[in-house]
Amino acid sequence: MEWFLANSGMVLERAGQHLVLALVPMVLGLVISIPLAQLARIHPVLRSVIVTASSLLYTIPSLALFIILPSILGTRILDPINVIVALTIYAVALLVRAALDAFDSVEEDLRQAATAMGYKPWLRFVQIDLPLSLPVMFAGLRVVSVSNISLVSVAALLGVGNLGMLFTDGLQRNFVTEVVVGIVAILVLALLMDAVLVLLERLLTPWTRAAKAPGPSVPLSARYVADANVHAGAGP
Amino acid sequence: MIEFQSVTKQYQGGSPAVDQLTMSIDKGSITVFVGPSGCGKTTSLRMINRMVEPTSGVITVDGRDVTTVAAAELRRSMGYVMQSSGLMPHRSVLDNIATVPRLNGVSKAEARKRATELLDVVGLASSLGKRYPSQLSGGQQQRVGVARALAADPPILLMDEPFSAVDPVVRDELQQELLRLQQDLAKTIVFVTHDIDEATILGDKVAVFAVGGKLAQYSTPEEILRAPANDFVASFVGRDRGFRHLGFTTSDAVAVHPVPTLVSRAGQFDGDPAAVTDWQLVVDKDMRPLGWARPGTDADLIPGGSLFHPGDSLRRALDSALSSPSGQGVAVDGEGRVLGAIRAPEVLAVIEAARQVRQAAL
Repeated sequence: MEWFLANSGMVLERAGQHLVLALVPMVLGLVISIPLAQLARIHPVLRSVIVTASSLLYTIPSLALFIILPSILGTRILDPINVIVALTIYAVALLVRAALDAFDSVEEDLRQAATAMGYKPWLRFVQIDLPLSLPVMFAGLRVVSVSNISLVSVAALLGVGNLGMLFTDGLQRNFVTEVVVGIVAILVLALLMDAVLVLLERLLTPWTRAAKAPGPSVPLSARYVADANVHAGAGP
Repeated sequence: MIEFQSVTKQYQGGSPAVDQLTMSIDKGSITVFVGPSGCGKTTSLRMINRMVEPTSGVITVDGRDVTTVAAAELRRSMGYVMQSSGLMPHRSVLDNIATVPRLNGVSKAEARKRATELLDVVGLASSLGKRYPSQLSGGQQQRVGVARALAADPPILLMDEPFSAVDPVVRDELQQELLRLQQDLAKTIVFVTHDIDEATILGDKVAVFAVGGKLAQYSTPEEILRAPANDFVASFVGRDRGFRHLGFTTSDAVAVHPVPTLVSRAGQFDGDPAAVTDWQLVVDKDMRPLGWARPGTDADLIPGGSLFHPGDSLRRALDSALSSPSGQGVAVDGEGRVLGAIRAPEVLAVIEAARQVRQAAL
């Protein structure tokens, strides 16, 4: 505790770096995954290609990726861009599946209704498909958020600044307190991010919590949330 | 007017879903497409707003080939109601109704104002406007679906089995509501159902489709029940068609007789029920029927049958007489006060007379 208080400035700085390294790839991953997932949804052939390819991406060991990327990107090994690109790849691997599940969770009847009312495809995608897929999409985002935050620490082995450096430094100096602070800080960061995502979801999907009319109705999204959590089990 | 000219829809490797359909749909009336599943009725409906494109043939609306109009524009000029209400769960009831006006560029405030008016038109309280669709009952959702279809005031309404997922009581209500609306609106309505009863209740004209996408008969509901064009239509219309056809004949010739009544006060009858020698109708102090008292007993009130209103069809008259424990159908006025009773043998005599008039006309 004393050590933490004395070094809180450093820990906070590392936490900030950690957050940026985890968050930027998540956002980039989302931006890349949404069109890929929509493409996969529309074309049955592309669907299997995209789903298989994204699963394969996730099997690349992260350390190997951190080391190979500089030679591919022409960056220096310490460049944070390597980490961001690597984590974006993992985020895409997870989010393409999640986004596809999310789009599949939108009832076909609703797309038909929207089309029959005179929606053109792009507007329908933005105003109907996207908002209705949010509950399942957020389940995927929460998995990626946790996965990214844990993966960022691996980058500390290369010397890219983040909370993982508390592990490497603590191990080198045989100083357990620093390692424990690192673990706790990463845990807190992951919990905070998860809380922010939950809050954001609540804000963006008010209709899912509207009191139901009498009569049985199981929200369709429940099935897919359970499904999306399965992906959390696997990982590099 | 909507016109199908030799329209065929064939999916790859299958037999035609719709086969050489030629028909014209009258402006300002309700035309019902009815038939068993797989008969192409929904496909035919969906070709009108280009949700399905025909393999060959032409569909015109007011003389204009629908394929010459951009699909989205065409669809906005036709209201669409489907079986599952198809309401957007993430939008309030008002915003759902306002959808098409918003697509047409109407301002949000104006579209919502119009949507609030429409809630009233379809018989919903304006307080429901702020709710989400999941907070409404199935019947209310279908009403919102109809309001949404009407929002841009399109001349044409396409309704794809809109009432088949709600319970029979609500369906009956919604059907009557649609007929009431249609009196004011006079839209060109194309309505798809697999229920011949619904078809004959709603349709100014009914198109019976046979499996394989062929039009088996296209006529008034009265004629379809009275004179099915072939065995398929006869069997589809069903065994009760003779009875249902009575729904199109007036009962004006059925006499209403006086009926002995007992007035009930706080559960007690005036007079002595045990002394009664004939069935007596028990009424409240406002002459509204409560049930029947059986002759020679002082047992409890026996529930009455269906009520008959002068001007009802022969179908209702016969049902009223047959469903009454006393064999007498209770006739009531608009306020529900007893007018008298009608008798089953006399209703049958009127039915027979009506049949002879029809026969003589042939």
